[in-house]
Amino acid sequence: MSLVLDSGEINRALKRISHEIVEHNHGVDSVVLMGIPTRGRFLAERLSKMIESIEKPIPCGTLDITMHRDDHRIRAPRALVETLLPAGGIEGKDVVLVDDVLFSGRTIRAALDALGELGRPRSVQLAVLVDRGHRELPIRADYVGKNIPTSIKESVKVALSEHDERDLVEIVAVGE
Amino acid sequence: MKHLLSVHDISASEAIAILDTAAHLETLTSGAVKKLPTLRGRTVVNLFFEDSTRTRLSFESAAKRLSADVTNFTAKGSSVSKGESLKDTAQTLQAMGADAIVIRHPASGAANRLAESGWVSASIINAGDGTHEHPTQALLDAFTIRKHFGALNRDFASLKIAIVGDILHSRVARSNIALLQKLGAKVTVIAPPTLIPTGIESWGAPYSYDFDEQLEEFDVVMMLRVQLERMNESFFPNGREYSRGYGLDETRLARLKTDAIVMHPGPMNRGLEISAASADSIRSVVVEQVSNGVLVRMAVLYQLLGGPDIATTGVAQ
Repeated sequence: MSLVLDSGEINRALKRISHEIVEHNHGVDSVVLMGIPTRGRFLAERLSKMIESIEKPIPCGTLDITMHRDDHRIRAPRALVETLLPAGGIEGKDVVLVDDVLFSGRTIRAALDALGELGRPRSVQLAVLVDRGHRELPIRADYVGKNIPTSIKESVKVALSEHDERDLVEIVAVGE
Repeated sequence: MKHLLSVHDISASEAIAILDTAAHLETLTSGAVKKLPTLRGRTVVNLFFEDSTRTRLSFESAAKRLSADVTNFTAKGSSVSKGESLKDTAQTLQAMGADAIVIRHPASGAANRLAESGWVSASIINAGDGTHEHPTQALLDAFTIRKHFGALNRDFASLKIAIVGDILHSRVARSNIALLQKLGAKVTVIAPPTLIPTGIESWGAPYSYDFDEQLEEFDVVMMLRVQLERMNESFFPNGREYSRGYGLDETRLARLKTDAIVMHPGPMNRGLEISAASADSIRSVVVEQVSNGVLVRMAVLYQLLGGPDIATTGVAQ
């Protein structure tokens, strides 16, 4: 087990990402954030607060992707969680999907499908706290907190104070 | 969960999980696209040995909204009228690769028989068996009640619910009484003595022969259909007499609490157990019950079919 990001580093990475989002979109007039539960939702909320302090308030929602996963035939049914459309919806907006770890890319594939049911955004971008590699689909992130090269045998654990009492990112060997 | 045969098979927390799933599905299907890809490639067979409009249509659209393939089977016009047994019919469906069988049958216990017989490997959903149970109706009624009173910050434990009418022949009543009590509501059964089944004491719900006695106290009044097709003439003198004692007319409607709701599982005998004015009043949630039915049945189908195929992987859930 090794610590990759502590609380201060997570905060600095998110701050940088919020600046990048503002810069990349030339302001935030048409930007909305959609967090992917569980932890992406809290990251999106943090990003929206940071963007509010540097630019202005932006709408923030959550996107449940459970019904669009491609592993229904190999895993037990998962409980659904809430989907919250951001104020003003996503039609014609620049949607930034927010998740904690980018791994196979399958979650994001499902998220793109789920988003398509809610409307037609002008563009979809992706912000992740950690990119650990091992993609199984042609998907990449626009904003990355930290690239962490990992072995497929390791797993990346993200803890956020809203859900896990403290902030940290660490690498755990499977079975450890 | 492999089958849904009776509300007695599910715990309060499992029932709440189904209601939560249905609530989330409502958000997910509120957009322009009402279809979700979740059950693509699964086959749901509606096996109906008894007439039905709502339940069959509801299961059909629930399955379709989850992208499952749907095959409808009605006993009329099938080989059942040539004398084919339930076993042979079931085996035909098994051979066609049904992943779930939604069965409605006039005989109590038919769904259990199909689930326990080993004739089929599909998940069995009881869509009404004789006078026994109708679990998805109870779940959709609970969902409707929860949605209405949840918005007023009231939970099941704070609710007094009256179930009124033909209790004797009603599988809806049996499922609802059991489920709503399990969820914490106080249920009172109201019916003429002839339509109260013997042994009702064991259901755990108080019963009364007088509809007017506590009318002002109820938050939910659930009217049941008088099941004329299951009756001979002897249960009550005539329709007008029944209405006078146990029908929800305008006078009784006016006495209900201001935020009370009127429910009916349908089909309604307007003018018998419920007056047209009551059925169409703002208190009535009859139409909501129908749209909620699709959501709840989607939740049930997802719960039963959203996981690995037990037959092919050999993994029990």
